[in-house]
Amino acid sequence: MSKLISDKTKAVFLGPLSKNNPITVQVLGICSALAVTAKLEPALVMGLSVTIIVAFSNVIISLLRNTIPNRIRIIVQLVVVAALVTIVSEILKAFAYDVSVQLSVYIGLIITNCILMGRLEAFAMGNKPWESFVDGLGNGFGYAWILVVVAFFRELFGSGSLFGFQVIPQALYDAGYVNNGLMILPPMALILVACIIWVHRSRNKELQEK
Amino acid sequence: MNTNKNSYTLIYATVMVIIVALMLALVSSSLKGIQTANVELDKKKQILSSLNVNFEGQDAAALYDKYIVKELVINSNAEVLSEVKGDAFKLDYIKELAKPIQERKLPLYIAQIEGETKYIIPLRGAGLWGPIWGYIALNEDKNTVYGSFYSHASETPGLGAEIAQTSFQQKFVGKSIFNDKEEFVSIAVMKSGQIAENQDQVDGISGGTITSKGVEKMLLSCIGQYEAYLKN
Repeated sequence: MSKLISDKTKAVFLGPLSKNNPITVQVLGICSALAVTAKLEPALVMGLSVTIIVAFSNVIISLLRNTIPNRIRIIVQLVVVAALVTIVSEILKAFAYDVSVQLSVYIGLIITNCILMGRLEAFAMGNKPWESFVDGLGNGFGYAWILVVVAFFRELFGSGSLFGFQVIPQALYDAGYVNNGLMILPPMALILVACIIWVHRSRNKELQEK
Repeated sequence: MNTNKNSYTLIYATVMVIIVALMLALVSSSLKGIQTANVELDKKKQILSSLNVNFEGQDAAALYDKYIVKELVINSNAEVLSEVKGDAFKLDYIKELAKPIQERKLPLYIAQIEGETKYIIPLRGAGLWGPIWGYIALNEDKNTVYGSFYSHASETPGLGAEIAQTSFQQKFVGKSIFNDKEEFVSIAVMKSGQIAENQDQVDGISGGTITSKGVEKMLLSCIGQYEAYLKN
């Protein structure tokens, strides 16, 4: 196992969780962060689906990396991602119909997630399959935790619930508290992501631009 | 190997496309049967939901067979075209809605719950981003609502998508689709505080006005097709 989890692999996995986070540092995948974070549940499932798909498409591209003609590499990457996403969505429809109904358009949206193309182009094209797999997992989780944090605040203050369960007591509503409608609207996701970036950069001074 | 040659690129692209196409075709055709069964089961669950039947952890298909005693295909003049079970269920409602109203074949499900007859009308309409659909169950008087179920393809989570919540669907229970003068008026979905004249109403979803109005339009147009049947 010592060979499998070398220091480099560890760095590849941990980097995207913080110092090289796809959302807060690379600012990729913002569009889906707006779309699916109004509630916790879709955010979590989206995060997991993206993680799985980044990891496996990274492996496939990494295996093919020496054979892919340079001029059509983006197309090849796109075909691999699109094929994987289609297969995942077909399998969900057959074996987890309820989940696939809930996710509806989000599954298709994964294809357009820039993190996928970004990792394939930047990492998988130049690294071995195992490292690419770990890189995919790292970036997927890096993406997922930001989504979950944003969704937590949006659902809590926008709907007063978490995972669909009411957490803000009825007594508070009776006392005049109202849900913040702005939280449910997409702009609030951007504002929350910006807040996370702010906190993140003030704690990691080396990320600040001069 | 020189991977930059034109011929290599062309062959690579062709082979890749063929392999991927074969793979997708294989996956799609091998899963088709299970998927169709899922869609049918889901439809049965939706119909049961409109009857307020809890199928959680039970065999929904068996419950469907138990409660739904008749499936009718009728037309807008209330003539029954078919009583064979399965005909109404397999009917492509979306295709029928595209035809002129006189030619439409309309599915109608009749259920027996605790000795009472319920009439279930399928609904189909448009929300803000995509289609919305559902089922509405009427009591024996063919007027008051026994239960309703709505779902959607892509409404905004937290806003329009709330029509799929039981709390919204329960608001329709007990409302009448005919007014005091026995005219068909359907049920209005209004912004809270606004009053609809001469008809029953429920509160819409704040922030989901277009979807709420979509539900209202869907109820009016879909139940409207059955007016002749519901009046006698």
